Amino acid sequence: MAIAEQAFVIGKIETPVGPVPQVATVLAGRDRWGALRVRLGLGRMQYTVEPGLYAVGTPQEDSPILVTANYKLSFDHLRAALTGQDAWVLVLDTNGINVWCAAGKGTFGTAALCAQVGASRLVQLVRHRRLVVPQLGASGIAAHAVKQQSGFAVVYGPVLARHLPEFLVCGMQATPAMRRKTFSLPERAVLVPVELVIACKWALPLSAVLCGASGLFGPASFWENVRAHGGGWTMAGLWSGVVAGTVLTPLLLPVLPGRAFSLKGGAAGLMAALAFIAVFFSRSGTSDNGLAGLAWLLLIPAIASFLGLEFTGASTYTSLSGVKKEMRLAVPLQVVAALCGLLLLVWARRLQ
Amino acid sequence: MKEMGRRLYLKGVATLRLDQDACIGCGMCLEVCPQEVFVMGPGKKVRISEPDACMECGACMMNCPVEAIWVQSGVGCAQAVFNTMLGRSSEACCSLKDKPDGGSCC
Repeated sequence: MAIAEQAFVIGKIETPVGPVPQVATVLAGRDRWGALRVRLGLGRMQYTVEPGLYAVGTPQEDSPILVTANYKLSFDHLRAALTGQDAWVLVLDTNGINVWCAAGKGTFGTAALCAQVGASRLVQLVRHRRLVVPQLGASGIAAHAVKQQSGFAVVYGPVLARHLPEFLVCGMQATPAMRRKTFSLPERAVLVPVELVIACKWALPLSAVLCGASGLFGPASFWENVRAHGGGWTMAGLWSGVVAGTVLTPLLLPVLPGRAFSLKGGAAGLMAALAFIAVFFSRSGTSDNGLAGLAWLLLIPAIASFLGLEFTGASTYTSLSGVKKEMRLAVPLQVVAALCGLLLLVWARRLQ
Repeated sequence: MKEMGRRLYLKGVATLRLDQDACIGCGMCLEVCPQEVFVMGPGKKVRISEPDACMECGACMMNCPVEAIWVQSGVGCAQAVFNTMLGRSSEACCSLKDKPDGGSCC
């Protein structure tokens, strides 16, 4: 799509380097709908804006230049934070990946930034020689190298786009709070839908298989088997583990024991398993369900522990060395617990 | 619950190294670190205040003009480790061997 034809472009600014598309700072219904979709993990890899130069308000030759990635969610956060401001926005081509991840991969990097500065002819556009780069882009950018290669000094802006107005008013000074990456309850809660959707990709087919197996191999008719002879319980157990790993673990992260995410996930799973077993025993009696109860005590924490480990990717403070260390210990334990649980479950069914 | 406090990951695993003799005290590492790992010590020399807070993003190493900082940088993502072990490089998520021009992720 041509840069000026994008839905959020509301006009153009005439400049020495030609017309620059001017963008809205108020998000439209379709922007909110798009944000909701990607937060649910739908079409997240194709949610892009065209790389290049944009204008917010009516920027002049001394207006700041703000750099971002071409993930539309990042771009929308930025322009929505700039209501009432006059600024240039320079969008790098990161294949639709957010600033932080793209910086880690190198697509939001020194070379890409310098190339875009040249392509957008910023030297002719502005009088100053400063670029405001998001702080989380710093793992891909070497400020001194950008200065050397493009002549522009890099000023690291705040972690969050919504702190930009205050940052700009204060003469491009960030407070310590603006420099810190938090991982608060709302920041974790917003990640839950996408974690759940990703887990559904294997948990839904597995549910269908378990449901079919319990229906076909039970003592009564298909639906009677699913309803009364374990099929329903099997699915409830599986989903207890999924919910513990993708909902409870992110929400309760700081209060779950330990530092390792597999341990935190396992602890959330243990809570879910105890709740599940309490309901299971109260509904179907404890007499000959001891083995099945034990099986779920292994299976649910194993599933939740694995999903907790997966949450390291969405979290904001895990290191690669740490993830590798906990994987070496946790993944074999998760596999052993899951296999023992499955064997116990099958054994319990045979005894019935 | 300490919502505002700095979160720490596993003890003693981060590969972060700082050469204090080389440090010129420019403060770039303090500026780029989102986890407040560094503090400015006496004599305009930076020191590491909390190594367990380091997430190995590599921002400090990238922005140190005198190469006084070294860290084995990478993304702390279990799926990326799995993808690398399974030899998937450009599918649904990232791997640790992604080329700068390729892949889609996160």
